[in-house]
Amino acid sequence: MDNLALIKGLASFLREDQLLTSDEDLSVYAFDGTAMLHNRPACVVLPERGEEVAQILALCNKKAVPVVARGSGTGLAGGAVPSEGGVVLCLVRLNKIIELDAANLVMVCEPGVLTQKVADEALAAGLFYPPDPGSIKISTIGGNVANNSGGLRGLKYGVTRDYVMGLEVVLADGQILETGNKCVKDVAGFALKDLFIGSEGMLGVITKVILKLVPAPASKKTLLGLYDDMTQAAETVSAIIENKIIPCTLEFLDRTTIECVESYAKIGLPTDCEAVLLMEVDGHPAEVDEQAAQIEKIARQGGAREVRLAATVEEGLRLASARRTAFSALARLAPTVVLEDVTVPRSELARMVAYVQGVGERHQVKVGTFGHMGDGNLHPTFLCDERNKEEMARVEKAMEEVFSFAVELGGTITGEHGVGLAKKSFLPKQLGPVGMDVLKRVKIAFDPVGILNPGNMFD
Amino acid sequence: MNDNGLNLLENLDYSVVQQCMHCGMCLPACPTYDATLLERSSPRGRIAMMRAIADGDLQASKVFAEEMYFCLGCLACQTACPAGVDYATLFENARAEVERQGLLNSPVRDFVRRWTLGWLFAKRSRLHRLGRSLRFFQRSGLQTLVRKSGLLRLMPWGLGALEPLTPEINERFTDQLYRQDLKKKNPSAAKYQVALLAGCIQDIAFAEVNADTICALQHNHCEVLLPEAQECCGSLHGHNGELDTAKRLARINIDAFNAEDLDAVIVNSGGCGSHIKHYEHLLADDAEYAERAKEWSRKVRDIHEFLVEIELRTPECKLPAQQVTYHESCHLKHGQKVSDAPREVLRAVPGLQLIELTEADWCCGSAGIYNITQPEMSMQLLDRKMSHVRATGAKIVATGNPGCAIQIAHGGQRADVPVQVVHPVSLLAAAYRAEKQGES
Ligand SMILES: Cc1cc2nc3c(=O)[nH]c(=O)nc-3n(C[C@H](O)[C@H](O)[C@H](O)COP(=O)(O)OP(=O)(O)OC[C@H]3O[C@@H](n4cnc5c(N)ncnc54)[C@H](O)[C@@H]3O)c2cc1C
Ligand code: SF4
Ligand code: SF4
Repeated sequence: MDNLALIKGLASFLREDQLLTSDEDLSVYAFDGTAMLHNRPACVVLPERGEEVAQILALCNKKAVPVVARGSGTGLAGGAVPSEGGVVLCLVRLNKIIELDAANLVMVCEPGVLTQKVADEALAAGLFYPPDPGSIKISTIGGNVANNSGGLRGLKYGVTRDYVMGLEVVLADGQILETGNKCVKDVAGFALKDLFIGSEGMLGVITKVILKLVPAPASKKTLLGLYDDMTQAAETVSAIIENKIIPCTLEFLDRTTIECVESYAKIGLPTDCEAVLLMEVDGHPAEVDEQAAQIEKIARQGGAREVRLAATVEEGLRLASARRTAFSALARLAPTVVLEDVTVPRSELARMVAYVQGVGERHQVKVGTFGHMGDGNLHPTFLCDERNKEEMARVEKAMEEVFSFAVELGGTITGEHGVGLAKKSFLPKQLGPVGMDVLKRVKIAFDPVGILNPGNMFD
Repeated sequence: MNDNGLNLLENLDYSVVQQCMHCGMCLPACPTYDATLLERSSPRGRIAMMRAIADGDLQASKVFAEEMYFCLGCLACQTACPAGVDYATLFENARAEVERQGLLNSPVRDFVRRWTLGWLFAKRSRLHRLGRSLRFFQRSGLQTLVRKSGLLRLMPWGLGALEPLTPEINERFTDQLYRQDLKKKNPSAAKYQVALLAGCIQDIAFAEVNADTICALQHNHCEVLLPEAQECCGSLHGHNGELDTAKRLARINIDAFNAEDLDAVIVNSGGCGSHIKHYEHLLADDAEYAERAKEWSRKVRDIHEFLVEIELRTPECKLPAQQVTYHESCHLKHGQKVSDAPREVLRAVPGLQLIELTEADWCCGSAGIYNITQPEMSMQLLDRKMSHVRATGAKIVATGNPGCAIQIAHGGQRADVPVQVVHPVSLLAAAYRAEKQGES
């Protein structure tokens, strides 16, 4: 359909500053946080109310124009990259916290609220919203739900899915669906809300989220384990869990990543060891002390050269927030950073870590690895230059092998970033024909015309 | 400068343009993104446009030009960026390209730019002359008359808005103060020999800050020189697309100071400091000056930074208890990464209690001449700043940049928050003076 008619239709109910069509605007919404993927949309719309979202979708559905929902565009699978000539539906102006219901431990908010804001507001009421992706300062809660994002506290507290109690979703044809509520239990009908969590903007556009909060832990301790050998760090993680300790955080950084993070954050991270484990326990003070002592012992037995205990809560916070910059900091070393998100059962971690190292050497590509080790979730990051075609071919090959090996170990090609455009060619291998077929049937049931993020995840 | 027919962004080292991996981590730090929630008014969006222009995928247009002038140049994004993106360089070149192509040209703007950047701030003697006339205007009662007449509102291009922000001009400028009073107080057996950059606005409207800087240094075993041939540092030019003039001024200053023979080149204005520390980059391609510029950059110190480095002496005196809060100048904090040192200076002053300001490093909207070119956004930022200042309850705001000082003083009137705005070093100097009453 021609752009003019579409834009005219949108202009009939949107203000000028809510409908962007200049070349400049189109070029800056052509990409998200993913390397190398971009497509110019026909226009960008910035609704400020749920009803506007409904109007936009109804119009696009009628005219069969592709629409991609977008939060802050920090996604790492190309999920928010528009279809050429489609509409970018940017939700950052739907950014109100509607209610903090302390009696029910619930927060209701619009999708454009930043994750950090959710966490801060909860904390101000003595409550805790645990999912904390590395991008917490800028990612939106809508994006988190659509990608079912994880974070640094997944091991003990789970991921975004575990905190979504209900959603308001605008369906492809503009109808508004409410699913879930503030009740702890609810088995009325299929659990539709669960379908939208991790749906990557392909089944509907989330316009309201009911989030579960928990009481804030009374105490927290942060430890740093230094290793001369990467696999020893991986083995320590398995040993901690085998000992029935569930820390809230078990993060891993390899030497390359540590160097980059330190050169940005300058907080005195050791740059002369092969791996660092960032470990955090929280809960009742007595329990925290005991677990911290146990972890220290296990880490030393596992071969840690040194175990440091953060002296203050602030120091612990500094360490965690430095860790959150890992991915971006790696870009100091190369213009293009291609990051993966493979996840394996924790017992297979040491094998996966060693394999990644080997792949890098075999294909002569520089890799920095970090990740949520406690979740079995690794982020091997290939450091390259997209203008070097030959190098990119090697990166492609290396990635493929990493994916295959992860699936072989009973793992997944993506633990938290989503399939998007970046990993869709690898999905059939993991899901098989039946899995793929069911996915497609669900998609058609919700979006028969096929306007919602078409071409994402599968064709 | 672009003899190969390419634009300045195309000419820029591609690794600088390519460094941004569009993660978005800088977005929450950016005041213009915060205000608009528009990607194009974010650092990531601005860099993407620059890259698209460098790649030939986008024309440098008026929209782009306006966006580059909507950017505060506060460099908060550079502090926030884990990937080490050099936004300052990108920003300066983008603005210079805007000027090269004349994308925003209009008769009024051209006139004002020629007059200010090309003439007034290109020579210190001119600024001194204007300063004297302005002082006459301010003291003669004419000012009140003009204000009442509403004449200023008729002036073009928001220049009327400039008037309430015009600082009170001093009776004596730095060089007079130095020659007449200060020079003779240099310690006889000095441990360090340093020279002060007097600045432009600092020099004519905050000459006492320069005097206080000299005094504080002299109390810390420094002989302070004030090179006569020095010029404006060139930051106004660099940030406003006049790179050639900026380079010329840099060379003059390098010649005037001979940093090779000094322990430090001292600067007390965040904006000037951020710029002159970069002479090294500015003159990197200058065969004759590149080496000297490197040495210069190695020697430049912000006053707070230097005082802390030489372990400033705590004044031995009793002063009444006072509460002070500290506003971080963008170019001190983000441009120079000097953040703890000014606080340390304040903590060294007897009787002062430092109350932390919420969002201390969020731009106050002064941003060079931003408060003139973008009054609406500037005042929005100022109101936000003043509400935090009010919440501290402090009656003194300390800040290390004259632009911020003027802006916040104006904010105090505007928002009815009675505060006195001072430079941290002035509080320190006052304490040294109080050690021996009568001595200055
Ligand atoms: C430095 C960095 C660190 C990161 N760390 C982590 C991490 O630790 N864990 C992790 O899981 N991820 C991480 N990510 C990835 C990313 O931040 C998350 O996927 C995040 O949830 C994306 O949020 P967003 O608002 O930027 O969404 P976007 O990128 O804008 O969108 C993501 C997807 O959600 C869809 N979408 C967005 N909003 C809606 C809505 N309202 N309704 C329907 N669909 C919607 C989009 O179509 C797209 O498919 C990181 C990214 C960066 C850059
Ligand atoms: S400037 Fe830095 S922080 Fe901002 S998007 Fe680019 S790489 Fe990320
Ligand atoms: S310099 Fe300041 S206003 Fe400009 S992009 Fe960076 S943070 Fe935003």
